[in-house]
Amino acid sequence: MKPITILRSRTAVLADANVDTDRIIPARFLTTTVRGGLGRHCFQDWRYLPDGSDNPTFPLNQPAARGCAILVAGHNFGCGSSREHAPWALLDYGIQAVLSSEIADIFRNNALKNGLLAIVVGEAEHHWLLDHPGVELGIDVRRQAIDLPDGSQIRFELEPFARHCLLEGVDQLGFLLQGAKGIDRYERERAA
Amino acid sequence: MSPRTLFEKVWNAHVVAAETADTPAVLYIDLHLLHEVTSPQAFDVLRERGLRLRRPDRTLATLDHSTPTLPRGTDGQRPYATPAARAQVEQLEANCREFGVTLHGWDSPHRGIVHVIGPELGATQPGMTIVCGDSHTSTHGAFGALAFGIGTTEVGHVLATQCLLQRKPKTLAIQVDGTLAPGVGAKDLILHIIGAIGVDGGTGHVIEYRGSTIEGLSMEERMTICNMSIEAGARAGMIAPDDTTFTWLQGRPQAPQGSDWDAAVARWRALRSDPGARYDRELHFDASQVQPTVTYGTHPGMALALGASLPAPRNAQEQRAASYMRYQPGQSMLGTVVDVVFIGSCTNARLPDLREAARVLRGRHVADGVRMLVVPGSEAVRRDAEAERLHEVFLAAGAEWREPGCSMCIAMNGDLAQPGQLVVSTSNRNYEGRQGKGARTVLASPATAAACAVAGAIADPRTYLAMEASA
Repeated sequence: MKPITILRSRTAVLADANVDTDRIIPARFLTTTVRGGLGRHCFQDWRYLPDGSDNPTFPLNQPAARGCAILVAGHNFGCGSSREHAPWALLDYGIQAVLSSEIADIFRNNALKNGLLAIVVGEAEHHWLLDHPGVELGIDVRRQAIDLPDGSQIRFELEPFARHCLLEGVDQLGFLLQGAKGIDRYERERAA
Repeated sequence: MSPRTLFEKVWNAHVVAAETADTPAVLYIDLHLLHEVTSPQAFDVLRERGLRLRRPDRTLATLDHSTPTLPRGTDGQRPYATPAARAQVEQLEANCREFGVTLHGWDSPHRGIVHVIGPELGATQPGMTIVCGDSHTSTHGAFGALAFGIGTTEVGHVLATQCLLQRKPKTLAIQVDGTLAPGVGAKDLILHIIGAIGVDGGTGHVIEYRGSTIEGLSMEERMTICNMSIEAGARAGMIAPDDTTFTWLQGRPQAPQGSDWDAAVARWRALRSDPGARYDRELHFDASQVQPTVTYGTHPGMALALGASLPAPRNAQEQRAASYMRYQPGQSMLGTVVDVVFIGSCTNARLPDLREAARVLRGRHVADGVRMLVVPGSEAVRRDAEAERLHEVFLAAGAEWREPGCSMCIAMNGDLAQPGQLVVSTSNRNYEGRQGKGARTVLASPATAAACAVAGAIADPRTYLAMEASA
């Protein structure tokens, strides 16, 4: 994983609450055996009309939303299945951060492990962000702060290990493997 | 020692390295379940890094999601929905061969939905930590295991180290007391609970279901309850093991045998929350208030008693759900025309679920224009159901009797509904498009689903069950 310190982008807003992982990437695209290439199916059944053309009412199809790397999403984003294909699809689509007042547990875990910044902000700040699509933000992982154009900032919580891994590009499997002696010991003691 | 919850007992017994301010706990995993959809990229990581699979003996695989439920064709070929689905299945077969994992594949008499076969084999046991790249892993919590879904990166972590990095979740006790009314079952109860606490009501928590109602449930009913914990946002649901659990597990192929069994039961009896143990939150429900319950919207929290009048949308999202589902505020779901009925999934495809549906269907016929699929959860369920001739009840009623698999719950194997069709389903998710693009899902119990098939519209199962009782 590449280290991430600061992400700057305008925001796109997807205000619906409870956007589930089936909406993000429908199950029929899960027969892939690789991680890549899911961006073209991200939000497939919402993003396209039945004839395959872009759905003009899908918020991320609006011209102003194109190219935005920060998604401000409705409450409880990413609920439902454990498919890591959801963060893979979002990243491949070009989304590098999701801000919401609540993000489902498994999705948030999966996102952070792939360098997709899944960040929970307070309700008042969430409302403000939902009401201001297109605002230019700077997400600073080290300071755990989102910088707004007027110089103010929104603070956010981030699990310390996830933050460390994002900043240093730490590979979590490598970290676990370093503790192999402890795992050996645990297995020996339990078997005894 | 201060009183501890069931969850804390299981958690503490699996901590390899304690969590600190800077690092999560290293948590040992006793059983790792695999299926074809969420594992291929994780095996690739092992190969890329030259790693071995640490504990093949603690790893168990099956084929369920991408697998067709129709039999082989006259050409001997399985009717996969796409070449990609076939390739995915073949990839898991190859990965299991390469890394020495037991696979309950096409030729195994134990193949089935991963959350049905783990318990059936006795691989799922009280006090274990169990994970799978599948959010409905919460099902196994019915046995007093700590069981939760993980992503594919974490599948790779467990393959390589048998461990996960985890922060300790919070605990939520859901206490249920009172008697469920006739015709009301575990599915109604869990839909009722999710309807009350919402799809994010359990986020960040492990739920422990407890109370006299829960203690009175069979293992299959407990699995239905724990299965849907994730639909309330909780990663895991747990129920303390008791004699019901032990009786159910005894003699299963992977359960301890002989004196090991007695020692295991003695250990397992300690797996209950101590008196005075503290939970982060506690909620109480009265089972006698629960009615046959169905969903009306596009997530499992939009659930209400069958006859209840549907609420007016309060926001844009509920407006969208009302428009997608075409439900009418002020009316109830009763009488809504049904196109498809699906009995199956890790929520409700075990033998008692099929018996419940058969009770309603026996001597009756699926209404004209309704397509009904009955998909057993495993080969074992299929054998047992056929031994009881339940399949004859389904076939005589005009339903399709299929081979085991996830089927129309996730609709990635070719079993799906058409745009606009209304599906009454015993599965767990009623999201937009879950059962096919544009398909509208109503979640229900097996009895309700069967009643809907007969009526051709959403119907109260008690009407049919009462007629059966008086016959």
